[in-house]
Amino acid sequence: MDLRYSESDETFRAALRQWLAEELPTLSAKPSAHDWAGRRSYDTDWQRRLFEAGYAGISWPTEYGGRGATLVEQLIYLEETTRAGAPYVGVNFVGTLHAGPTIMTEATAEQKAEHLPRILRGDEVWCQGFSEPNAGSDMGSLSCRGVRDGDEYVISGQKTWTSHAQVADWCELLIRTDTDAPKHKGITWIMFPMDTPGIEIREINTIAGTSEFSEVFFDEARVPVAHRVGLENDGWRVAMVTFGFERGTGFVSDLVETDRMISDLVRLARLVTRRSATAWEDVALRREIGHIQAEMDALWAMTKRNLAQAARNGVPGPAGSVMKVVYSELYQRVTDVAMKVLERGGLALENVGEWPSGSFVAERVRSTSFSIAAGTSQIQRNIIAERILGLPRE
Amino acid sequence: MDFDLSTEQVALVDGVQSFIEGRFPMATVRDLADEGGVRRDLWRQMADMGVFSLRLSEADGGAELGWADAVLAFEQLGRGLVPGPLVWTHLMAGIVDGAAGGDIIVSGIDRDDPSALVEFPGVVDVVVIADDRGLWSTDASKLEFAVLDPLDPLTPVGRVRGELPEGTQIADADQAKKLRLQGAALTSGLLLGISTASTELAVAYAKDRQQFGRPIGSFQSLKHLMADMFARGEVARGAVYAAGVTLDDPEVGSIERAVASAKLTSAEAALTNGKTCIQVHGGMGYTWEVDAHLYLKRAYALEPAFGTRDDWADAMAGILDTLV
Repeated sequence: MDLRYSESDETFRAALRQWLAEELPTLSAKPSAHDWAGRRSYDTDWQRRLFEAGYAGISWPTEYGGRGATLVEQLIYLEETTRAGAPYVGVNFVGTLHAGPTIMTEATAEQKAEHLPRILRGDEVWCQGFSEPNAGSDMGSLSCRGVRDGDEYVISGQKTWTSHAQVADWCELLIRTDTDAPKHKGITWIMFPMDTPGIEIREINTIAGTSEFSEVFFDEARVPVAHRVGLENDGWRVAMVTFGFERGTGFVSDLVETDRMISDLVRLARLVTRRSATAWEDVALRREIGHIQAEMDALWAMTKRNLAQAARNGVPGPAGSVMKVVYSELYQRVTDVAMKVLERGGLALENVGEWPSGSFVAERVRSTSFSIAAGTSQIQRNIIAERILGLPRE
Repeated sequence: MDFDLSTEQVALVDGVQSFIEGRFPMATVRDLADEGGVRRDLWRQMADMGVFSLRLSEADGGAELGWADAVLAFEQLGRGLVPGPLVWTHLMAGIVDGAAGGDIIVSGIDRDDPSALVEFPGVVDVVVIADDRGLWSTDASKLEFAVLDPLDPLTPVGRVRGELPEGTQIADADQAKKLRLQGAALTSGLLLGISTASTELAVAYAKDRQQFGRPIGSFQSLKHLMADMFARGEVARGAVYAAGVTLDDPEVGSIERAVASAKLTSAEAALTNGKTCIQVHGGMGYTWEVDAHLYLKRAYALEPAFGTRDDWADAMAGILDTLV
């Protein structure tokens, strides 16, 4: 067991740091949260810069234009870009981390040639059309219908929780193409152009006051069968392919950000004074923060273990479920402690006086989704219990 | 960076596991409760296998292995519920004559511990007293113990009568600090093993026990309890192994920080999983015969050793204070 970085790891890190130090000051100002055109511009500009510097598709194989970085290099990449405050993957998320890898594995040569280079360059933005109002945790029961009509599918139905639908060019869409087959055997995965007539996008208002998610309504929208990836009715398997890519790096950015947040929380606690002592002098609060940091350190160690095992076995364990459950709930505790530190200062979403408090309060709200999105904590626990511990299905 | 076990480490773990399965099956472990927790011949066999001399140089009869290896060995010892003052004796190998070879059994106590409880009073040969000036050894025969009914039937305790003697100094303040960190790391290994064993026992029971026409492990509420047991254990596992690696290679990080994370997460995992294992067993978990209570009680016995959870949370906060 070894925790040292190799010389080539350190060379990779140094080069990346250097590039970030030169590049980041040249970025334009971050657009406001609801300026979707601005956000697309900003995020895809970053993707373009990554591409030109040779860092786009860090985990993509080189044969598809990616960096083909080792897992440790991917860890370093995520650590360094997050620490330097580089733009988050943003609207490039689905393309680079979900649809792209699926296309790489399952699509035809033509489909790959058409989409992969464009995704890497930031020329193509993707969104995901998987969840539906009646198909959340039970995604397999999706009912958005795709009826075959000659060389087209006619699509009617509704998707929800589609991120960045407002600015996406393409949608990785799951449709039901066979209503008689068992539910997982009647689904098709299709690449849906977002400028197709017959769709309507309605932003969802989240409790955090943000609008990154939308409902998408399909009313007899027609899409060529040529956009299908994989065989008709084999879409469930195709969709699951992406989960096979997780190699333990999925939460690295989050861990970096949360470590930073804990440091910021210490600083905040030193500023908040009541009854002539600072919050940081409150033994109970201090102890709780120390406890949380100890658990965060443990998650870093767990990440490195998962990486090593993924590198060795090539197959990701359901270790991702453990990280998801633990990290999401730990992060919620960080924001809970922040609220305790702030007391009535937590009534405002903006900084109160001299306290840099606003972001903590905003994160308390935003962190609510962490135990729900991308597989609820309850589903993750089922996965751990059934797939790792071998406990029988209900 | 390859934070997975090396082939040698896998072999070490297998070796320790086999030894424990052979010499310390659960029936034997339970029998030891009636013998003061330690049988001298078994203790010597452990010494022969290298439990105490693992890290000593070959010249001193050791295997020249590292802390990461010792932590792995202790994880298996914890998993097997092997009783005895394993950590103190290991720490004193090379410092107290006879400890490495299994002839001298060593137990330890903080000088200012208000409980004044010494573990294994019936068999211990040397008691090490820790204070902020260092470590001091005293012959156990010089102490008088009032033996008390123990919480953990496999961790007998006796209250020292009268004042603790000064003892003979065997380590200065700096060495004592180091040994405390090392002791905490080894204890974390034991606690990790307890956490794992509790999870294994609960899962095995839940697959077997039928109610309402099916295995109780098929019910979500129990599944989720056990999923959390597993998750807790995995969180601790990374931290505990990292503490071992950091002790061997201080260049990779702060030892104090790594140990704080290891002791805190492994103690939480062992205690919570010990409780949850009993819960999963339902009424049977409340019986003496089911092993579950032994894991929980051992977790309680080990938690305060070399710093409580709160001590280590405070230490971590102190570290943050210097960094931020």
